[in-house]
Amino acid sequence: MSADQTLIAYTLRLADNALILAQRMIELVAAEPELEEELANANFALDYIGQARMLYSHAGELEGNGRSEDEFAFMRDEHEFRNLLLLEQPNGHFGDALVRQFLFEAFYLHLLEALIACSDQGLSEIAARAIKEVKYHNRHSAQWLVRLGDGTEFSRERVQASLDNAWRYTGEMFTGDDIDVAFQRDFDGPNLNAIRDLWKRDVERTVTEATLRLPDEQWMVSGGKQGQHSEHFGFLLAEMQYLQRSFPSATW
Amino acid sequence: MSKQEWPLYEVFIRSKAGLSHRHAGSLHAADDQMALSNARDTYTRRSEGVSLWVVRSDRIVASDPTETSAFFEPAEDKIYRHPTFYEIPEGVENL
Repeated sequence: MSADQTLIAYTLRLADNALILAQRMIELVAAEPELEEELANANFALDYIGQARMLYSHAGELEGNGRSEDEFAFMRDEHEFRNLLLLEQPNGHFGDALVRQFLFEAFYLHLLEALIACSDQGLSEIAARAIKEVKYHNRHSAQWLVRLGDGTEFSRERVQASLDNAWRYTGEMFTGDDIDVAFQRDFDGPNLNAIRDLWKRDVERTVTEATLRLPDEQWMVSGGKQGQHSEHFGFLLAEMQYLQRSFPSATW
Repeated sequence: MSKQEWPLYEVFIRSKAGLSHRHAGSLHAADDQMALSNARDTYTRRSEGVSLWVVRSDRIVASDPTETSAFFEPAEDKIYRHPTFYEIPEGVENL
């Protein structure tokens, strides 16, 4: 794989992460328990759609075949998406969605930090912009985790279960494959081992403050980054891509 | 599960440095930190401000609407309290 191909593949992974998480969050629009939380969630989802658009455009420019952001988002099939498995997991209840958000963003924050220093100017600029948004999201979800964990017996039990269920998807974030290795080498990209330590430290701090327990070391699921998705993913795409599939290049 | 309403908070926004905070509206939140987050998400989505204050509505001491006449009307017929009897010298712009 040439350096250019590495950069395109890496950019598309970032874009897919942003888009698929946004799609899951959008499913929660008009379903949040409080009006204020509703607005926060919709704002955060829009932040991610913004990031996805910038990243897909960047990938399209690098590729040079004139593929638009819409074509990346709506005209690719399951196996062509390279997002993390964690992000495509169904929303479940409020605590499940919150824990997914918290675990990913604790990682994403450090990833973006490292990407600002990478040698591709486009990615570096996008990361510098995105990190401000994600810092705020992270603060928001950490506060909620503490509130639920250190809340009532009922909320604590449920959010602990959410944490235990989501944990098996966290290993994939730090398991580098050829593309991660090449991106780190050729573009001064993130060092996933270093990010894992930072992530562990941050997650442990908040989980302890929330009086929750870190799940034990366990077998980790992976495959999303290579295009092998969980059974939920087809349904997500079916809903997200319906319009463009039925009425190709429809606009309004 | 019983649904208990979160307390009401009032939100004040400073639109830019140098101006004072102005009342923007209100919202519900479970605690002070959440009120601040909610204020940010609800009232500053279109770059409305650079600083936020939130305060629980029940901590605000307000004048009683039934006492308006005693509170405010005595000032209405005291026009000499307004600086309208002076000639403004030429060339003074902001007075």
